[in-house]
Amino acid sequence: MHRFANPTRFLKIAGYVQPWMAAVTLALFATGLYMAFFTAPPDYQQGESVRIMYVHVPAAWMGMFCYAAMAIASAVALIWKHPLADVAAKATAPVGAAFTFLALATGSLWGKPMWGTWWVWDARLTSMLILLFLYIGYMALQGAFDDRARGAKASAVLALVGAVNLPIIKFSVDWWNTLHQPASVIKMDGPSIHPDMLWPLLIMAVGFKTYYMWVLLVRIRQEITANKVRILRLKQVHGG
Amino acid sequence: MAMKRKHKRLTFVLVAMALVGAATGLVLFALGDGVSLFKSPTDLVTAPPSESQSIRLGGLVEEESLRRETGSATVRFRVTDLENAVEVVYDGLLPDLFREGQGIVTTGKMVAGTFVAEEVLAKHDENYMPPEAVDALKKSGQWQPDDAEGGNHAEGFTK
Amino acid sequence: MAEFLSMGGYGAYVWPSYGLTAVIMVVLLITSLRGLKTTESTFQRLKAETGPRTPRAPSSENTEEAANGDEA
Repeated sequence: MHRFANPTRFLKIAGYVQPWMAAVTLALFATGLYMAFFTAPPDYQQGESVRIMYVHVPAAWMGMFCYAAMAIASAVALIWKHPLADVAAKATAPVGAAFTFLALATGSLWGKPMWGTWWVWDARLTSMLILLFLYIGYMALQGAFDDRARGAKASAVLALVGAVNLPIIKFSVDWWNTLHQPASVIKMDGPSIHPDMLWPLLIMAVGFKTYYMWVLLVRIRQEITANKVRILRLKQVHGG
Repeated sequence: MAMKRKHKRLTFVLVAMALVGAATGLVLFALGDGVSLFKSPTDLVTAPPSESQSIRLGGLVEEESLRRETGSATVRFRVTDLENAVEVVYDGLLPDLFREGQGIVTTGKMVAGTFVAEEVLAKHDENYMPPEAVDALKKSGQWQPDDAEGGNHAEGFTK
Repeated sequence: MAEFLSMGGYGAYVWPSYGLTAVIMVVLLITSLRGLKTTESTFQRLKAETGPRTPRAPSSENTEEAANGDEA
């Protein structure tokens, strides 16, 4: 395990993969946006406002996906003390927070004309807001300790505990009465969304995912280099 | 030795997660319907709320129940969960998705058997389709409003 | 074109959604790239400064990698 994920080797691989990730992301966004605006039809009930879906839904999915990734990486960091897992969790947090914020903001912009309100305290919207607070708490906790290791540990525990929120978000629309509609794509009896709308949605979703990988690679490289800088600074102090 | 410590941490994390999960489950179970956004017409019929109490009512706008009062913005319609229905009166702007057969959630008070609404929100279903696809389904006779619209709403609105 | 921009009357909701998404994603990407660039140049500078003074300076990760290379 450690052999494949040692930081120096990671830096080397990340340097190769990063431009590819950038190219794939840009291609997916170009295709996805073209389809979202020009080939996807308006909805029979929502008209053109349905186009908000192509950014809202991928952002919401990625907000949850990033949290799951952060929680898993935190568990690996806590249990196996893997240096790269800790860095990956830390690098994921701001990206996940940005996606979650976007899901809330675009949802609000969609809810106003369709539902008739910017916001409602139903179980889906509230649990999504809690997700954003979990991200913010995670990032705040990291900086709250003088000792970096202790900050990393405390925030990793928070990430794990907060993972309980993920199934709550997913099933909130089934367990309780909500204003938000139930799932359209990931459901037992197949998606209840027309293929002409499903395809741009899926392409945008993959684009959001590769964007995350792209930014993740950059941020992990930055974190690893920052660790090296710290080591050098220590050496400088001791040597000089 | 190192292996043992690793196992200890693994057990600790797993036990902690199980505890947190169980605690959350208990809290959510205890909250129960409190987390739900709205009450059904049946809830209001079986346990009528007091007139001073602000409540949220959710259900389907009953077909052919919508009446607009001439010379004002006041609308009257009935909200149903297919078992019971409640008369609603509302004076204000309706959301774009509002129509008969549509799911809605409304805030207001019960006054003398009528629900006086202060806010009406429309609920969308999980179906996304172009209008042409709906027309095609209707033409071929495969369009089941129960299935595509009312049915799914009723699922959320009837108990 | 005007019809396209009006989005069936929902332009005021559709375009801000896409605009906000674009702004946040671009800003996040650029700050990440800038952060990497700054940290990397700091690292190069420090390495050049400390390099000659401490001949055994190459970080532990490098030796680790050498060992791994032998394994593979």
